[in-house]
Amino acid sequence: MLELIVISTLNGVLFGMLLFLMASGLTVIFSMLGVLNFAHASFYMLGAFFGFQISRWLGFWPALLIAPLLAGAIGAGVERYGLRRVHRNGHVAELLFTFGLAFVIEEVVQIIWGKSPVDFRVPALLDFPAFTIFSTNYPAYKMFMLLVSIAIFIGLLIVLKKTRIGLIVQAALTHPHMVGHLGHNVGRIFMLVFGVGTALAAVAGVIAGPALVTQSNMAGLLGPILFVVVVVGGLGSLPGAFVASLLIGLVQTFAVSMNGSLSGAFGPLSPAYASTWLADIWGVTVAQIAPIMPYVLLVLILILRPMGLLGTRDT
Amino acid sequence: MRKLMMAAAMALPMFGGAAMAQETLKIGYIDPLSGGGASVGEVGLKTFQFLAEEVNAKGGIQGKKVEIVPLDNKTNPQESLIQAQKAIDAGVRFLTQGNGSSVAGALSDFVTKYNERNPGKEVLYFNYAAVDPVLTNAKCSFWHFRWDANSDIKMEALTNYMKTVPAIKNVYLINQDYSFGESVRTTAKAMLAAKRPDIKIVGDELHPLLKITDFAPYIAKIKASGADTVVTGNWGQDFALLLKASADAGLKVNWYTYYAGGTGGPTAIKQANLNHQVFQVGEGIPNLDHPSSQEFEKAIRAKYDFSLFYPRAVNEMRMLAAAADKAKSIDPVKVAQALEGMEFEVFDGGKGVMRKDDHQFFQPIYISSLGERTEKEPFDEEKTGWGWKLVAKIDTPATELPTTCKMDRP
Repeated sequence: MLELIVISTLNGVLFGMLLFLMASGLTVIFSMLGVLNFAHASFYMLGAFFGFQISRWLGFWPALLIAPLLAGAIGAGVERYGLRRVHRNGHVAELLFTFGLAFVIEEVVQIIWGKSPVDFRVPALLDFPAFTIFSTNYPAYKMFMLLVSIAIFIGLLIVLKKTRIGLIVQAALTHPHMVGHLGHNVGRIFMLVFGVGTALAAVAGVIAGPALVTQSNMAGLLGPILFVVVVVGGLGSLPGAFVASLLIGLVQTFAVSMNGSLSGAFGPLSPAYASTWLADIWGVTVAQIAPIMPYVLLVLILILRPMGLLGTRDT
Repeated sequence: MRKLMMAAAMALPMFGGAAMAQETLKIGYIDPLSGGGASVGEVGLKTFQFLAEEVNAKGGIQGKKVEIVPLDNKTNPQESLIQAQKAIDAGVRFLTQGNGSSVAGALSDFVTKYNERNPGKEVLYFNYAAVDPVLTNAKCSFWHFRWDANSDIKMEALTNYMKTVPAIKNVYLINQDYSFGESVRTTAKAMLAAKRPDIKIVGDELHPLLKITDFAPYIAKIKASGADTVVTGNWGQDFALLLKASADAGLKVNWYTYYAGGTGGPTAIKQANLNHQVFQVGEGIPNLDHPSSQEFEKAIRAKYDFSLFYPRAVNEMRMLAAAADKAKSIDPVKVAQALEGMEFEVFDGGKGVMRKDDHQFFQPIYISSLGERTEKEPFDEEKTGWGWKLVAKIDTPATELPTTCKMDRP
């Protein structure tokens, strides 16, 4: 039992940190631009595929640097030549634009790399078990993932709270128009923020690619859960996203490890109902519904605390 | 001018369509070509296209060239029905599908109803990989033919082998949460209890189909359960990612699987360093001492970068051609009648038979394990250097399980 708790906690934290790595960019973009970027997970995927390709040519470490820069440049381009024009037509147009962009990116990735998973390997330098706990190995690579997430969290927090750019971002969160009136080149800052946000997603992609799977549907698999993280944490709140990522990671991992069901708690269903739909609900285990837990959390948060755990603004 | 162009645009494809229908026999291939099942669906498509070329090189079926029409169903039953209707509207009379018994159930139902309503325009459904037993039992249909051994047959073979391995003591079941996974877990439990009552089932897990990216929590659970053996029907990324997570965590157990050889499977097994610890039950492997199938294997590897995962697809195409020759027609009803009870020398050698009672094909079944090769195993998988080694062979008669099918014939 203790073994399962310790290992589930570790797994939950690891998964949560990966979520945060992706959600950080999304939340930064939202807090600054007010755009809920549906294509965010697609930039995560682009990062993974760029990382795969560049690591083929130059090795993993250059890929970790170049792939996010490339994806960030594409992101900045999208903002400058796409979003900015669409912006004039309001938020709905922006949403639809990023929604369409997600499909375009997926299609392009499929054309270039195909639909099968590509063989993106963990770099040899990190391909060893970091430590063993209860005879379960923890790969050094996952620890590396954890460290990068924490480094990005602290780095972003410092930039947002302690620097001038951060000040402007903070101001834009509550008074976007005032910032413009004060003479800042809001357009360029927007482009920069969008670029940085997508580059962060790409960092997550390069790191998660070898650990999970690099495939053209990876954006679709993780996309929806990112929005859960951002909404639960509070739209635009970086610490909120951090807390929410950890929470969702832990909730999901612990749910998987539980075998309890209604029949376990209250005894088996009376035979009279054995062949009805009730029997399915009665017998289903917590583990089986684990993947929908984050969405249950999303619904509850929206009902009980619409601004999110650490959010400041009602949406 | 504009009207003329419109008329031409409308009419030309119609003429083209009519002309094509005369010359080709179209087979609608309905399987995932996008989403989580895409990697598997794409390999299936290329396999069928390769087989169509083989048939066409010999003059086609009854003088008609075979054309494979790819239709993407995203592993979704509703989408499959839309695609099936689309195919039928385009003149397709033969459908084939394999990935997902949920899809197969919907398709079989659809084809049966369609044929009732459209006499004279019947459509046949050839199932090359969906193995839920119900399709040839309670829900059997005259219009459905299955070339893959159903899940019960495979489990029967697998457990017959497992009962001879004394090292198996604690078994963990992990399967996908849909009709096929459900069927694997129930039969595994029933058959193991009957054949080896001393084996303990220490875990029984169902997880969502093709949606999990990180299996680490599931692996932690398997580890905590103290299992020495895992039985799984997982396919596609659900198998590859499961093995990847188990390699990361250093889980050392033996795996008894249905689809370890699917895309990404052998790579994951090699990464996990499970040398001859992953077993697969199926109707054939590349490394069988059988010259004609080895020739075929060489040809398909020369053309594509994958090995033949579907000997059953070869049987399906070759039997379609044989049945059409026997009926001297490509009319679906006549082909179906010719297929019933048909005996056939299967791709990997040995006698196979399409049982008339339920349209289930019976063939020799092989259990194999993946690992380092000897000179008897010329082929490796996914460039890993490791290949399949024959562990046990079950002859056709021993695979024939009874059926509850009561078939309505036209």
